[in-house]
Amino acid sequence: MHVHYLDPYQPRHSPIHNLDSRVKLALALAYLLSTSLTPAGAWASYILLAAILLSAERLSDLPFSYFLRRAILALPFIFAALPLPLTTPGHIVAEFSLGGLSLRVSAEGLIRSASIALKFWLSIQMAVLLTVSTPFPELLQALRALRVPRLLVAIFGLTWRYLFVFADEALRLMRARSARSGQHPQGGYRSGRTLAWRAQVTGSMAGSLFLRALERSERIYMAMLARGYDGEVRMKPLPPLPIAQSIFLWIGIGILTLIAALGHFLTRLG
Amino acid sequence: MHHSIEIRNLSFQYPDGHLALSQVDLTISPGEKAALVGPNGAGKSTLLLHLNGILQGQGEVRVCGLDLRDKKNLPKVRGMVGLVFQNPDDQLFSPTVYDDVAFGPLYQGLPLEEVERRVQAALAAVHMEAYAQRVSHHLSVGEKKRISIATVLSMQPEVLVLDEPTAGLDPRARRNLIHLLAELDMTMLVSTHDMHLVRELFPRMIIMDQGRIIADGKTEELLKDTVLLETHGLEAP
Repeated sequence: MHVHYLDPYQPRHSPIHNLDSRVKLALALAYLLSTSLTPAGAWASYILLAAILLSAERLSDLPFSYFLRRAILALPFIFAALPLPLTTPGHIVAEFSLGGLSLRVSAEGLIRSASIALKFWLSIQMAVLLTVSTPFPELLQALRALRVPRLLVAIFGLTWRYLFVFADEALRLMRARSARSGQHPQGGYRSGRTLAWRAQVTGSMAGSLFLRALERSERIYMAMLARGYDGEVRMKPLPPLPIAQSIFLWIGIGILTLIAALGHFLTRLG
Repeated sequence: MHHSIEIRNLSFQYPDGHLALSQVDLTISPGEKAALVGPNGAGKSTLLLHLNGILQGQGEVRVCGLDLRDKKNLPKVRGMVGLVFQNPDDQLFSPTVYDDVAFGPLYQGLPLEEVERRVQAALAAVHMEAYAQRVSHHLSVGEKKRISIATVLSMQPEVLVLDEPTAGLDPRARRNLIHLLAELDMTMLVSTHDMHLVRELFPRMIIMDQGRIIADGKTEELLKDTVLLETHGLEAP
């Protein structure tokens, strides 16, 4: 009776899975940075970035369809970029009117909107690849290795740990509600009352969930104090990075820098 | 005349592949009081969650003659089966005791005077009349347990289903709860580890282990079979 589906990690024995989590995290961050720094319309750079992503996905031993499904997460951001062709000034390529409103589509806007959509789509897939191929505790260690503040890493870790407890709690509350959401056995009454009443009940359920989370956090904190917690989070030091992996890391970062630079060079030229 | 609960060949597998129930057959007649015992993870709670369709497995479950495979029957069945969860904190999700006890009847769309009458009667049945305006959150476990039972009594169910009602209670709260259960004259199916409770209240006992029903019979006879009890992680009282 637990919520399992939240954990994205997919255990496999692929070259991507076997890569050191520090290398994976650093390269994924470099990829995101390089993608976001590549200017709009630098299509050659995008093709190179997509090629890197697709090869990594292929190596991860998971089907492309899996990544495509997960990349649906990028949709809200892509929708946010949709109005850009109408609002960016520039060379007008199309014009139409919608109920008295005349809309002009500019070429520059189209390029920007398509670039933003593509960037989101690539970035989300890289993040998905990172989380499906790295167990969360290793990701936390990698964050530490990249000098992310310890307290922040500890907060990520606790959030992850208790997210499942929280989801289970919500699931049990909802079960208890549906167990009592019945109909009169003889019929003749309309069950469910009004929408407003049901909304009110849902609201108080959310409230009690919040209260319980707050109380649980107090108890967890006391349990931490009981075991000697003094406000300082200590973590086991990581073993040094093997030479081969560290060479791979720097080559990767070099390539990603070059791709972003190429993008700037090409758009200047054009 | 139909039975209160009829289960035929019920199996259930959790999404992670764990087989929690395997070919369970069980019939409970109206007015019968039966205890469901077995070690942790035997599938007792999973079985109870099938009784009002919160979980749906392979096989047939009928409550008061209504087939739960037909989704249209679910709202009616939920009005007939009063399911009290093991953890009262899950059961009590409203701000005050009154709101929680009133939830079932209000949901059924009963007129407000009737809801009021039902809440008072349910609170009286568990001897908690004075608690209506209290915040459930601040009650003791024993008090929460009684309120949890009141939240389903207010729906006037045909069958009362309790999941480990005495777990976590101190001796006095446990004794009070046993008295309360003895007073309630209705069909009851109760999962528990409390073998003293079983001997005192339930003429019939059903032993479950690893998702199967191992034994089903008279409590006094099954309690004599210490080998059977120990094989399935139980102790004679």
